[in-house]
Formats: sequence, structure tokens, C-alpha cells
Amino acid sequence: MESVTAVQPGIQTFKKQSQAKEVWRRFRKSKGAVAGLLMLSVIVFLLVFADFIAPYALATQQDLAIKLQGPSFSHLLGTDAFGRDLFARIIHGGRTSLSIAVLATISSCLLGSALGAIAGYFGGRIDSLIMRTLDIFMSIPDILFTMAVVFALGAGFINLLLALTLAYFTNYVRLVRSQVLNLAELDYVEAARAGGSGSTRIIITHILPNAMGVIIVNTTLNVAKIILYESTLSFLGLGMPPPAPEWGLLLADAREYMRVAPYLMFFPAMAIVLCATSVNLIGDGLRDALDPHLKS
Amino acid sequence: MSETILDIKDLWVIYKTDLETVHAVNGIDLRIGKGKTLGLVGETGAGKTTTALSILRLLPSNTGRVLKGSIEFHGQDILGMNDGQIHAIRGEKIAMVFQDPMTSLNPVMTVGEQIAEAIMLHNEGIVTAEVDRRVDAMLGMVGIQASRKDEYPHQFSGGMKQRVVIAMALACEPELLIADEPTTALDVTIQAQVLTMIKDLRNRLGTSMLMITHNLGIVARTCDDVAVMYAGEIVESGTVEDLFLGSRHHPYTDGLFGSIPSLTSRAARLTPIPGLMPDPSALPKGCAFEARCAKRMDICLQRHPEKATEGTHCILCHLYGEKS
Amino acid sequence: MYRYVIKRVLFLIPTILGVIFIILLTMSFTPGDPARALLGASAPQADVETLNHELGYDLPFTKKYVNYVTNMVVHQDFGTSYFTKQSVFDEIWPRYLITIKLAFLGVFLASVMGIPLGIYAAVRQYSLWDTIPSLMAFLLAAVPAFVLGMVFLFYFSLKLNWLPSYGIDSWTSYLMPAFAISIPPAAMNLRFTKSSMLESIRQDYVRTARAKGAPERVVIWKHALKNALLPVITNIGLSLGSLIAGAVVAEKLFSIPGIGSLIVDRIGYKDEPVIIAGTILIAICFTVVMLIVDLIYAWIDPRIRAKYARTKG
Repeated sequence: MESVTAVQPGIQTFKKQSQAKEVWRRFRKSKGAVAGLLMLSVIVFLLVFADFIAPYALATQQDLAIKLQGPSFSHLLGTDAFGRDLFARIIHGGRTSLSIAVLATISSCLLGSALGAIAGYFGGRIDSLIMRTLDIFMSIPDILFTMAVVFALGAGFINLLLALTLAYFTNYVRLVRSQVLNLAELDYVEAARAGGSGSTRIIITHILPNAMGVIIVNTTLNVAKIILYESTLSFLGLGMPPPAPEWGLLLADAREYMRVAPYLMFFPAMAIVLCATSVNLIGDGLRDALDPHLKS
Repeated sequence: MSETILDIKDLWVIYKTDLETVHAVNGIDLRIGKGKTLGLVGETGAGKTTTALSILRLLPSNTGRVLKGSIEFHGQDILGMNDGQIHAIRGEKIAMVFQDPMTSLNPVMTVGEQIAEAIMLHNEGIVTAEVDRRVDAMLGMVGIQASRKDEYPHQFSGGMKQRVVIAMALACEPELLIADEPTTALDVTIQAQVLTMIKDLRNRLGTSMLMITHNLGIVARTCDDVAVMYAGEIVESGTVEDLFLGSRHHPYTDGLFGSIPSLTSRAARLTPIPGLMPDPSALPKGCAFEARCAKRMDICLQRHPEKATEGTHCILCHLYGEKS
Repeated sequence: MYRYVIKRVLFLIPTILGVIFIILLTMSFTPGDPARALLGASAPQADVETLNHELGYDLPFTKKYVNYVTNMVVHQDFGTSYFTKQSVFDEIWPRYLITIKLAFLGVFLASVMGIPLGIYAAVRQYSLWDTIPSLMAFLLAAVPAFVLGMVFLFYFSLKLNWLPSYGIDSWTSYLMPAFAISIPPAAMNLRFTKSSMLESIRQDYVRTARAKGAPERVVIWKHALKNALLPVITNIGLSLGSLIAGAVVAEKLFSIPGIGSLIVDRIGYKDEPVIIAGTILIAICFTVVMLIVDLIYAWIDPRIRAKYARTKG
């Protein structure tokens, strides 16, 4: 908001407030959001310094002598059926899971937003073409599509990334398209066009920044969804191939030993839930911070 | 002197949120006589809608609060009534028409159903045939074919939607109709139609009215009495003659009249009132209008003005206070 | 209204064809050929090439696509399994019905658990009816279906021995998988319904209803609810995707002989025909259900209904 030129001293003027600061202030007010941010920071810290906290060797080195031991001082969360340290496995598994989730979210966001912006802005046949294709993609349940891609192309980081991107980009197309449709009609876009700005410039400088709020909230919430989804895939054996200690895989392994070593199941499960919950808290906090109206 | 049906005394209303307290209405007195129309004039944010909502106790329950004062309808204080009593009054004795017809109607119910609901809520045991007859009659009164009663709001234009809202409000022939900027959201040509219709209905049914508007033209056409509101206070009130023909006015009223474009004079620029209304969460100690007033004096900054009364004409200003 | 229904149903066909196209296209990237898979690694190359030619392996993709669809529609022939060497259709069909049963159970439970609680949480906002279910829904939204399933198995099968841990011998076998599948979508339904209700209560027409003198009960249950449920119905359609993912995983976890577990198992055996057929069948079912949800929405929302009812036909 700009300041109104004062005609007489003392007349009310509006303060110019930095939008980002305002959003951050509102975000800080929500205890849940702040808790989520803290939790996630701890998790990220553990993952980034994984090699120092629990070397990869611990995660993969088999030592049948100490197999299936419960939590102890030397092995914080116990060992699995092959004597591998569970804590180390969880941390390293987290690296893969989280990095895939974040990368897949970013790439599906880029792909989907680009398509949505193009469809919304240019309209007409391009719009119809994109939306019809989208309908078809959305008619295939994500998991089946992902399985098909993984089957066809084989397991591996890039293939998994591709599969996840193709499964999730559809979220963004509709979203960005409707934002663009709403915003493209606003007067200041007309003004920009009248001033001679080209289409791409208009999209990038005027429309996208305003759609950003919605995109950011959705992206954050999608990270949580993809974390859960990716763990489901690795549970089914469709994620990264062993010996990558992904969380889903840890849970699949734990199934056999439920009777004797239930902790093998509970700890990775808690890791998944904590991770997803912290991201969800942040996402909710962002949503409330960006649109305070939503909170009665 | 006609009988007073609505008497508001020293009403104070705030909106309290986590961040701040907004002083929306700060000690107002209003009186509406039987069969009379009171115009409540002011800029956006002056507190007009808040006043109207308070009368029917429709303030948002989580933030709106009446700090003190009384609102008496036929001598009974509305603010002290229980739920049953207030539900009996709403729609039947006092009805309200809101500003935006596009969102005032429920999109998934037919207009006939919505009008019928108003009737059935206040006429226990009424037979369906009678309800239908009345719905048709109301629609006819506002100029809508009765055959359209099974249509949904989205099938009507803005002006027609507002007519439906008015039909709904008058369905039980209330004694008082509160109209909060009923024509502001409509096209100018439709505005005139709807206004004429409201006047006709009022004359026919003898309804009293509280007409909230920022348009002085509407006030001149429809009102008997006027109250000018600024920053939650009534700065000037009187009959419509006092306001339009009188010689002494609150400086704000002067500003309002002065900012109307004239068809006759050849002025190159309009003369708006400079500045903006004070932030209602941080009202000044003295006169609220002081910062924008062309005739301000030192006392205006320090002390809150008192009402100066001359017959039916009241002005809240230091200019007329001690001197008269 | 009928015009709309017919239009949508007819549009279903090109959509399904498109779906099949994409699935076949994706699978065409799989290395290997059918004849080799059917005849085995030791079979002579000449035989492999003859069989490949017979099966139409060397045709361009579009021809293969047309052939596949024709076989599917006209002969109910989905090819032969690389693994069992049996007709794919015969293997899949009985499993299909089991998966559908499980999926429907999941949708039903997810709606029945999530929606009423969501409504009540909105109406009694900030009370215990709100804070407890909302908190639980929030946490459960972060628990994937298979984790729930494993926890259920642990407590109800292993520790308490109340429920069977595999197979579909009795109705009790459906309990754990059905709940494991339906709880995460139920949590989502609860949160969505609650926010939709809150949004609806904020609307101007609710204020109008109050101004008419309607008691709060009527205002909420008649005016706000009708409008709030519309997006909720759409949302159910959207949650179907995750429900199916849950079903696939539950079938594997609880050893239920449905299509989901079949597909997952056969992935390890590179049994392409089965995977393709299973994916297509589930996708078709999914598309049809989404269409039904859309039609229900169109029927209920008077704005859409009136649009097509103008020509009273």
C-alpha cells in the first residue's frame, strides 16, 4: 500500500508494509506451524549430517552376531535381522525419501504450473488440448501409473522421479489455470498489455507472483503427500532398490519380525509420521498466514 | 410528533480481534418514528452497517460486542431479549435488506422457497395454499412474475435479485425495514426503479424505514429525517429540511454537500474532503473530524465536542457549542 | 438434464481410449519381447521371431494399440500371461470383483466416518467435538495406509488374535484392510468437510436467514449444510485416487487375492500382459466412478441442473 500525500499534518496515512514480513509474523503466531518448522529443522539437520552422526556403513554392514537386538546404548534404536543399526538405516533412508519427495514436488510443480499458466493465459484450443489430456491423466489412479512407469523403465532415482512427477503434476495445472484465469482479467494486466508487454513477460512478472501464495501452500502440502506415497511405493518394492534403506522398505522388512522385534516396525513408522506431520503443520501454517480470512 | 418505534440510546459497539479493538460505534442516539424514514448517511467505515446489525443483534458473534447502550423497540430493550424473543422480532417486526443481492440469497433454494420460509417462520400452522398465495402476492408486489418462483437465484439479474430480497423482507409486513445501501450494488438505471418500488411499498404498508446510504440524492428522495455519521458518531441529525435547507451545518456535512458534482456550476475540479477517516482502532481524544476540518480550532484537538441542539436539528461541534 | 448425462457418458469413451493409449505407450518402453518371455530363454531365435510376428510385435505402435483395444472389447481377450501361460482375463476377472468390493467398502467407510464428524466439528467449533477429531484427523493424515495396516495386524491379529491376518475366508477378514484403507481418506474428508462448512456459515445468505428470524439450528442444518456438501462430494471423487493406492497396498499386506496384489506380484515376474490388463481395468473402474460422482454433483447443484433443464426434456 502506498502512502497518501498528506494535505495537512496529522492526516491519516497508510504504512507501507513488507508483505513477506507480514506473512512471517502471522506464521509465527501459529504454535503448530512453528512446532512443525522446528521438527523439520531437527529432521533436516539429522539428515544433512547423517554421515557424521551415523556413518552409512552402520546402515548396510551386516553383523549377524548382534541381530535383532532391542534399543541399547550402542544401537540407539536397535538392530535388524541382519545386525544393521536401525537408527543409521532410518537416517540414511530419510535422505533418499526426503530428497526424492522434495525434488519430485518441485519438478511436478514446475511442469504443472507451466502447463496451467499456458492453458489459462492462451485459452482457446491450446487450453482445450491441455485440459483434455489432463482429464485422461487424471483418470489413471496415481499408483497404477507410477507402477507402470517403474515397471517399464526399471527402478532407480531418475525413473522414480519421473514417475512421481508425472503422477502429481496434474494437481498444479488446474490450480494455476484457475488463478491465471482470475488474474488475467484484472485491470492491471490489461494495462500491462496496453503498455506493450509481451505475453511471457506478463505471465512471469504479473500473474505468477500473485498465484504464488496458493502454489506455495499446495506445494508444501504435496511434499507431505509424496513422502507418504513414496514410502508406500518402497513398501511394495517399487522404490529405490535395496540396499537403499528407504522407510517403506524398512517397514516391509519389519513385517516378518513383528512378533519378535516390533520396534523394527514402530520406529520407521514414527519417522514417516513425524516427517509428514511437520510438513503438514508448516503447510497449514503457511495457508493461514497467507490468507488470514480463512481462520473465521 | 409521531410515536417512536425504535429508540437507540448511547450505543457503543466494538469489534475485538487478537490484534486490535475497533471502535465502530461510539455513543450514538437515534430515533425512528412510526411510518417515518430515517436516513443514515456517511462514508464507508463510519459505522452505519454496524449500527444496523446491532439492531437485529446480527453482529459477528466472535468479534462484535455491544459495550453499552440500549436499543428499544416499542419500549422493549432488544439487547436484553432472549433468543426466542429476538427470533420472533427478526423478519416479522423488523426486517433487513443487505447491500449485495448477489450473495444474499441461498443459491441452492428457489426464490419461492426462500420467501415462503420467511412467512412460515412467523406463522405457525399456516396452510401451504395460503403460503403460496402470499408468496405470489409478494412477488407480484415487487414486479416479478409469480411463475418464476421455482427458479433459482442465479437465474435472476442483480436488480431482480434485490427485488426478491425486498419481497422476502416485507413478506411478514414488518413495522421497520432496515435497508443497508440497497441500491449501491446495482446499475444506475435499476437503482432508480428499485428505489421507487421501495418508496411505493413503504407508503402502501406504512412501514418505517432506516435507509442507510452514502448518497445524498437518495436521502433527499426518500427520507423524512437524517443522521450524518462519522467515525462511529452522529455528527449531525435533524429533519431532511434541516439538513438540506438549513444554514448551519457540521463542517463534515458541508464537505459532503460540497463534494457532490454540480450540473450547473462550471468548476474545473471537484472539491473532496481532504484526508481519510481516522483509524477506528486508534481514535483521537478530541473531535474525530479535527484533522480534516477547514474550520478547526485549538479546542477541537483537546476536547470532545458536545451536542448543540436547535429544535429538531442537532450538531456535534465546538463551533455551535458554547457560543449558541 | 438427460442431455448432460448422455453427453458425459459418451465422452467417457474417448477418455477410456486415451487412458488405454497412455498405459500402452508407457509400457511400450519395457525392454524385452513377448515371444521370448513366453517361450523361455533357451528357445531358438527363429521360433521367437515367428511367434513375435504372430503376436504382432513388429507392428507400429498405433496398429498394436488398435489390435489391443479390438481384442479387449470384442473378444474379452487380454492376451496370455507370461508367467502362468494362461488367459489373462480368466485370471483377472474373479480378482477384479474382490478388489471392487474392498474399494467400495473403503469409500463407504471413509465417507461415513469423515463427513458427519467434519460437520459436527464445524458446528461446534473450538469445543471438544472439534478439537479432538480435528487433532486426530491431522495426525492420521500423516499415516500411510500400509502403516495403519501393519499396526492393526500387530495389535488385532498378533497380540489379541481377534482378526485373521490374511485371506478372505470370512467377513472379518475385510475389517482390518477396509479400515486401514479408509481412515486416511476419512481424515481428509473430515478436515475438508469442516472447512467447507465453516466457509458456508460465513456466507451472506446465512446472515440473511438469521435476519429472517430462523433459529440457529435451521440456519446451520438447512442453509449452510446444503451448500457445504457440494464441494465435499467433489472431494470424495478426488480422494478415490489415494483410496485405490491404499487398496493395492492393503491387498499385499493382508494377502487378499485382488487385482492390486496380482499386479504387484507380477511386476517381479515381468508379466507385462497381466500388469497392463490389471491397470486398464482399474483405470476404467476409476473413471466410471469419477463420472458417477460428477453426475451426482450435477444433479444436486441446482445451478447445473437448471442449466440443462431449460429444455424440459
